[in-house]
Order: sequence, then C-alpha cells, then structure tokens
Amino acid sequence: MMTLYDQLPVLVVVLPLFLAPLVATLPSRGKLPWLVATITTALTFAISISLVTQVLETGSLTYLLGNWPIPFGIGLYIGPFSAMMALIISGASLAGLIVSASAMDNEVPAEHQSLLYSCWLLAMSGLIGIVITGDAFNVFVFMEISSLASYVMVANGPTRQGLTASFKYLVTGTMGATFYLIGVGYLYMMTGTLNMADMAVRLEDVSDTLPVIVAGGFLILGLAMKAALFPMHAWMPNAYQFAPSAVAVFFAACSTKVALYVMLRFQFQILTPNLGNHLELLNALIMTLSVIGFIAGSLIAIFSDNLKRLLGYSSVAQLGYIVLAISLGTSAGISAAIIHTFNHAIMKAALFAAVAAMVLRFGSSKIEDLAGVGKQMPLTMLGFALAGLSLIGVPLTAGFISKWYLIQAVLESGTLGILLTLLILTSSLMAVIYIWKVIEIAYFQPARQELPPGRREAPAPVLIVLWALVLANFWFGIDPELVLSLARSEAVNLMGVGK
Amino acid sequence: MTNQFLLLVAIAIPLIGAVVTALSGHNRNLRDSLMVGGATLGFIAVLSLLPSVLDGSVLAVNLVTMMPGLSIAFAIEPLGMVFALVASGLWILTSVYAIGYMRGAQEKHQTRFFACFSIAIFAALGIAFAENMLTLFIFYEVLSVSTYPLVAHKGNEEAKRGARIYLGLLIGTSIGLMLPAMLVTWHLTGTLDFQSGGILQDNVSRGVGAVLLLLYMFGIGKAALMPFHRWLPSAMVAPTPVSALLHAVAVVKAGVFTVLKVSIYLFGLDYLESLWSSDLIMWVAAFTLLAASIVALQKTNLKARLAYSTVSQLSYITLGAMLASELSIVGGGLHIVMHAFGKITLFFCAGAIYVAAHKTEIHEMDGLARKMPITMGAFLLGALSVIGAPPLGGFWSKWNLMLGAADAQHSIMIAVFLISTLLNIAYLLPPVIRAFLLKPADGAQSKPGIEEAPLFCLVPLTLTAIGTFVLFFVADPIRGFIGTIFGSVM
Repeated sequence: MMTLYDQLPVLVVVLPLFLAPLVATLPSRGKLPWLVATITTALTFAISISLVTQVLETGSLTYLLGNWPIPFGIGLYIGPFSAMMALIISGASLAGLIVSASAMDNEVPAEHQSLLYSCWLLAMSGLIGIVITGDAFNVFVFMEISSLASYVMVANGPTRQGLTASFKYLVTGTMGATFYLIGVGYLYMMTGTLNMADMAVRLEDVSDTLPVIVAGGFLILGLAMKAALFPMHAWMPNAYQFAPSAVAVFFAACSTKVALYVMLRFQFQILTPNLGNHLELLNALIMTLSVIGFIAGSLIAIFSDNLKRLLGYSSVAQLGYIVLAISLGTSAGISAAIIHTFNHAIMKAALFAAVAAMVLRFGSSKIEDLAGVGKQMPLTMLGFALAGLSLIGVPLTAGFISKWYLIQAVLESGTLGILLTLLILTSSLMAVIYIWKVIEIAYFQPARQELPPGRREAPAPVLIVLWALVLANFWFGIDPELVLSLARSEAVNLMGVGK
Repeated sequence: MTNQFLLLVAIAIPLIGAVVTALSGHNRNLRDSLMVGGATLGFIAVLSLLPSVLDGSVLAVNLVTMMPGLSIAFAIEPLGMVFALVASGLWILTSVYAIGYMRGAQEKHQTRFFACFSIAIFAALGIAFAENMLTLFIFYEVLSVSTYPLVAHKGNEEAKRGARIYLGLLIGTSIGLMLPAMLVTWHLTGTLDFQSGGILQDNVSRGVGAVLLLLYMFGIGKAALMPFHRWLPSAMVAPTPVSALLHAVAVVKAGVFTVLKVSIYLFGLDYLESLWSSDLIMWVAAFTLLAASIVALQKTNLKARLAYSTVSQLSYITLGAMLASELSIVGGGLHIVMHAFGKITLFFCAGAIYVAAHKTEIHEMDGLARKMPITMGAFLLGALSVIGAPPLGGFWSKWNLMLGAADAQHSIMIAVFLISTLLNIAYLLPPVIRAFLLKPADGAQSKPGIEEAPLFCLVPLTLTAIGTFVLFFVADPIRGFIGTIFGSVM
C-alpha cells in the first residue's frame, strides 16, 4: 500500500512545480497570487520538516520515479544534507514570501506580480529538485528551471539596473551550467550512466583517466561559477542589490548554496576516489580561491556604501568558508561545510529581511541614508545587529558554532591549518568592521532632516520573520544538536567512516 | 533558596537592573533610587555567597552545554569571589557618585548611560564566576561592547574616535589572539574548563604552550600590556564615573583577573614557569610598568596621567602572574583589591574637581585644596595607597609581589617594583603638592571659602579613601582567602 506519506519525497518538488503555472494565470490585482504561492510554500516547508524527521529516524530515503529500478529509471535520493537543504530552501522561500507581503507592492508593479510569484515557485521547485535528485542530468534540468526563473525575478527589480544585473547573472549562470553539462557528458561517456551512485561505482574501472580528470575540472569550475566562488562572484552582489528586497531574502539564504551542495556531492561521492593524484591539485586550487574569496569579499564589504551590496560581498566571503571546508577533503571538513551552510542561511535571511524593512521605510539601502534608523526602527535595527553578531561569529550565536567547527576542521591539517585559522579570524575581524560601520551610523548619527521624526517601525509580518530568524540564530547557537547530527551522518555517508 | 540559584541571581541582578533602569527612564528620581537599590541588592547577593565559599564547598552551575567540552557554566573560587566583591561593592558607591556627577555636569542620555553601566557590571560578575574559558570569553566580549556607548557618551568626534580605538583594540586582540588560543587549547585538550593545576601540561608540548601563552597574554587586551594599551587612554573621553568604575576597576581588573585565571587554571604554575615565553612576557610587563610610568609623568591632563598610571599598575599583576610563584599570585590578587580602592578614589577626586571647579589640567590645580580640602585629602590617601606607602592597603600587595619575585629568584624584578614606586611618587604627588602648598594663580579674583562638589560625589570618595586605610588592617584575611587556591592557608 502506497500512502501519501510515502510520496512526500516527490511531492516536495512536484507540488510547487505544478502550482506555478496556476499562479501565473491568476489575476494580478489583489493578493491572490501571493496567497497561493505562500500556501504552496508553507506546505512544501511542512513536507521538508517531515523529510528531515524521517531521515533522522530511519536514515536516507530513496524514491523510484514510476517504480523503475535504478539505473534504468530516475531515483530520488534524500540524505541528511539534502533533507536539510530542502528545509533551508523552502524555509527561505517562506520567509521571503512573508516579507514580500509588505515589501513587494513598493517595488514591483502589480501587473507583474502574478508572473513573479509563478517564477518564485518554479525557482523553489528547481532548487529543491537539484538537492533531492540522484541523477546527474536531472540536476542540470532543475538547475536550468531554477536559474531561468531566478533571472526573471532579479530582472523585476525596482530600478533599471535590475536588467543589467539579471543579464550578468544570466551570462555567468549559463556558462556555469554549460560547463557542468560538459562535465556530466564526459562522465556519461566513460560510464554510460547518469545515476550518481551508479556512476561512482562504475568510475572505479576508469579512474584517473584523462576524460575523468577533465570532467572533474569542468564540473567543479561550472559549479564554482554557480556558487559565486571568487573570482567568479561578480554577478552575485549585483543580483542581490538590484533584485526586489524580498527576492534577495530568498536567494541570499539558499540559491548559491545549492551549487555548493552539488559540488560537495560530486567532490566526495564521485571525484575523490577517482582522480588519483590530481585530487590534491584540485583541492589546492579551490582552497586558494576560497581563501582569497573570503579575504577579498570581506575587504570589499568594508568599503561598500550600499547595505545590500555589503551583505552580498559578505556572502562571497561566507561561501568562501564553506568551499574552504569542502577543499579540506576530510570528514570534519564536510561537517563544517554543512553546518555553515545551514547557519549562514538563517543569518543572511535575517539580515536581508531587516534590510527589506529599511528599504521599505527609508526608500534606500545606501548606508549613509540609514542614519538614525536605530531610533526610528528600533526593533528592526536590533534584529539586524543581533544577526550581525551571528555573522561575525560571537559565542551563543549560530555563527560561532560554524566558525568553531570550521577552525577545528582546519586545524587538523597542521601548520597550514594554523595559517588558515589566522586568515579566517582576520576575515572575522573584517566582519566586525563592516557590521560595526552600519551599527555606528544607525545608532550614533542623527537622522536626515527631511524625514519625519518619530518611530516608523517595520510592518508586523517583516518583524515576525526577522525575529523568528534572529531567535533561530540564538537557538542553534545554544543548542546546535539538530544541525550537528545531520552534518555528522552526512559525513558518515560520504566518507564511510565518521568522526 | 539553594546556593546554586543564589549564584545565578547574583549574576542576574545587574542585568535586571539594566532593564528596570531603561524602563523607568521617564522619572529620573525613581530611576536613580532603583539603581542604587539594585546595586545594594547585588552586593548583598554576592556577599551571601561568601560563607559557602569560606566553608570550602564547591558551588557550580552548568547553564547549557553547547557541545561536549563546551558549556556555559559558573563556579565560585576565591579569586573570582574577591573580584566579584570588589566590583559589586564599588558599584554601589559609583552609582551614588554617578548620580551626583551626571546631574552636576548636566550630561544627556542618562538613562542609556545607567543601563549600559549595569550591563557592564553584569558582564564583570559573569567573568568573575566563569567556570571555563568560553564563558569567560563571552562575558569578556559583552563587557567590551556594553562599555562602548559609555565611552562614546559625549557623541562628539573626539569621543567617537576614542571609542573606536577602544573597541577596535579590545575586540581585535580578543578575536585575533585570544580566540585562536582557545581554539588550539580545545583542539589539543578537548576542554576549556578551569582546573586547578592547569589543563595543558599533559597534552601540549612546551613549544606550543609557549606560543599559546603569548597569544593569551597579548590577547587579553584589557590587561593593557604594551603595545596593546592604547585603548585605556583613549577611553578617558568617557564621563568620569565610567573611568572610575570601569577603567580603574571592572574592565581593567577583568583583564588582569583573566590573566591570573589563565595562568593558574589553564597553564598551572609549574608548567607556566617552564615556558620560555613566560620570561618574555615578564619582561614585557616590566617594560610596560616602567614605560607607562614615564609617560604618565609627562601628561598634564589629570585623567590622562591616571590612565597611564593604571596601565602601569595592571602590569604589576601580569608580572606577578608570570613570576609563577604562589606568593606573587597572591600578591597579584591582592593588588586587584588594593589598586581598585586607590585608583577609584583618585578618579572620583578628578571627577569632583571637574564638577566643582571645571578643572582638568594639573597646572590649574594650584591652591585647590583651600576650596576642596576633603577632595584633595582623599586624593592624597588614594595616591599614597597606589604608591604603596604604609599604613595604606597598597603596601601589602606590593610587599607580596616583591616577596614573590624573591621567591621565584627574579630579584631584578624587585628593583623594577622599587623604581616604579619612585616614579609613582613623582607623578602622583605633584597635583597634591600644588593643591596644598601653592597659591592659586588667579588668587585675587576667586572668592574665599569652601566650594566642594555635591554631597553625592563627596561621600563616595571619602568612603573609598577611608577604605584604602582600612584595607591595610584587613589585608591578612584577604591574603589568606586567596591563598586557599593553593590548598593551604598561607
């Protein structure tokens, strides 16, 4: 007997995918498109929670589409990390949608909104599809669905720069996807299969051959472009800055991390055993890029004069941490990468939610225009400051747990580890500077003259999302067990032995 | 009420006080009386913990465990008890003084000021009772951040610049140096608990241990070891009650308290002594001690001179820790108390002079004792105590530190202490001499008669000055109490 419960792994993708066209046909005036999108997302979020609990209780899930056995049919594979990613994606989407209830009308004309929300659901379904499929080509298909929808969403930004930002995003994104496809093509040529688990087994016969090595290069490079790894990051701060504020909440929390998820899967499940001595070279390359990435990202963030841009570059830096953890090639590294993926999602979503509220009330995200925001929007600014503490990595916040595990993973590699630790801490200090820059202007500068005095707090939905996320930052900073256990069991899955 | 609960209550009272202060901001008489009441309650709570510590029973509370070996936990040991008593006791006097000062000087944003003040005391108590390095670190950072609005209080460019240096150096050293040291410690030992005898000696080679020591000692920026001492003079832009309680007592003493805790409970004295870098830090501390005194000599602004004097006095304690003898550690612990009383008196006087006579420079103080005899008398007592002259409290801490230097066979450090004492005399007594013996420069215009600061200022500074005198006679019980760290009453 198949029950609805058994269908949850596929429903988490199919539900938003099928409802997206419906949203596009709804009348644009009124709240209906938003309402349908939000209910759909809430259901998806609920399904994701259920998937996480299932994975925690019974281990990884496999679902065969149409009951065709692997490798003939397509299999969905939900491990600890994929379940967590589905949770992050649907959660971020839900947060973004709730913010957009108040913030969207301000930035996007009403007649575009039903299309926008339709794309929103497509993007979400594509992103979730990437993380739960067990098929390498399927990843590409979902990647295209989510990317195309994302380009449209960014292009809907309130200023004309939204179009150029979207175009940059499109060029980099397409190149990344193409490289990925080339890499998958080579692997298919060598193994004759597209199922990732099957591919990993069959590659053993042809490991360390030239096509496999080339495939590894294309795959990692393509995914690095998608993930905005330095120096292929230029599209990302742009996209975050010029997209509608609510869309930025959604994307900042999850979109690039999905590429990192795929990178991690390929790196450890498929490439690591089969690259021979080229593996070290690859790891050294992405480690170098990640280190330059987080130092450069933090540095540019210090000198950014726009808050959204600042947070965008801060994301470049934070993604650098995750890539660094991946490049260590150890099980502690996998754990650190997964932990930070989750924690960074909740801190960045909180920060962008606060920014969305500020843009709504102050009409600008330029830092100098935000003088006095601490007096006028005390709850919003306090939320921003607390989420900022998490970004810096202050104890009791989720960010501290991330940094702690990252540095413990890094320290396993001896002398190099100590150097990397110092670099990570330098970057953390830079985060202190750029967060403090905002706090100082918000609290210690008098407001601009032309603004009406008095309190102009953010609308209730935004505040609820913001504070829920801020509290989550503290919750997972004090009791990180959920995230840690998911990360540990994924590390065991990928490396065979866990720490 | 169990003692565990009482411990949490004692730490929480200042935090509750901060909230109450913020909420009662509309009525300043209500707010100020609630604040003094809260401070008194806090002191009583800390004091009520004393009997159980004297019994020798272990009082510990584990609040949350974040990861295995990493938890937020509190425990009381003698050194922390002494620090908590000093901080919470002087908090009462400073509250009274601050009310007089802030009203007298007509400062703005008083509610924010008093609320942040209470949070700082909360952080100081958290540091005092921290059971492990992580808990201590958290409260250490809370202390840095909560005092930033106090330093930047005036809100002008100078105040903001000073506050930026202040926060930048404190956060920079703690995240850049102390945090890596903690990470490596945890990586190698799997714990950050304070354990008597230390946690490092069995797991960490001497070479790594020596580097760790450097990271810890320079990372504890609040101990103001050169070259990371600049924040302390920068913080002098703050209103005087802040300089008095925080930059003579709570913040700086939190720094040297951490130095002592790390030396005793993470490294352990035997291990500490065997590291090459403990000698290096000892010399750095000796240099800081002398150099800061010489800089203090050249400062003509009274608060700036007192700030450099504090830098110098803090290094006494760091030096005492690095000597790694039981006597010098006890001397260091004692110096936390003695210097607190002496220095807070001096700062109270400097503030009283500013409020009553609007003078900040030393050369303006000629003949001031004719107008402010009580203040200048208290200043004299405070100065003599910091110098270490009997019969004032400062004598005993220096005595023990010097005995410790002899005990650890670093006799040259005795000379350092003695030279520094001479320098202390040279920079602390001139203001007193000018005030008592010289004629006022504008003698013709000024009216004769007494013009003291308001009573709110005058009473606390008189009490702390008397305190320096009383401490001379009660030093021995305190010394014995701190000595119980090493298992025996000395």
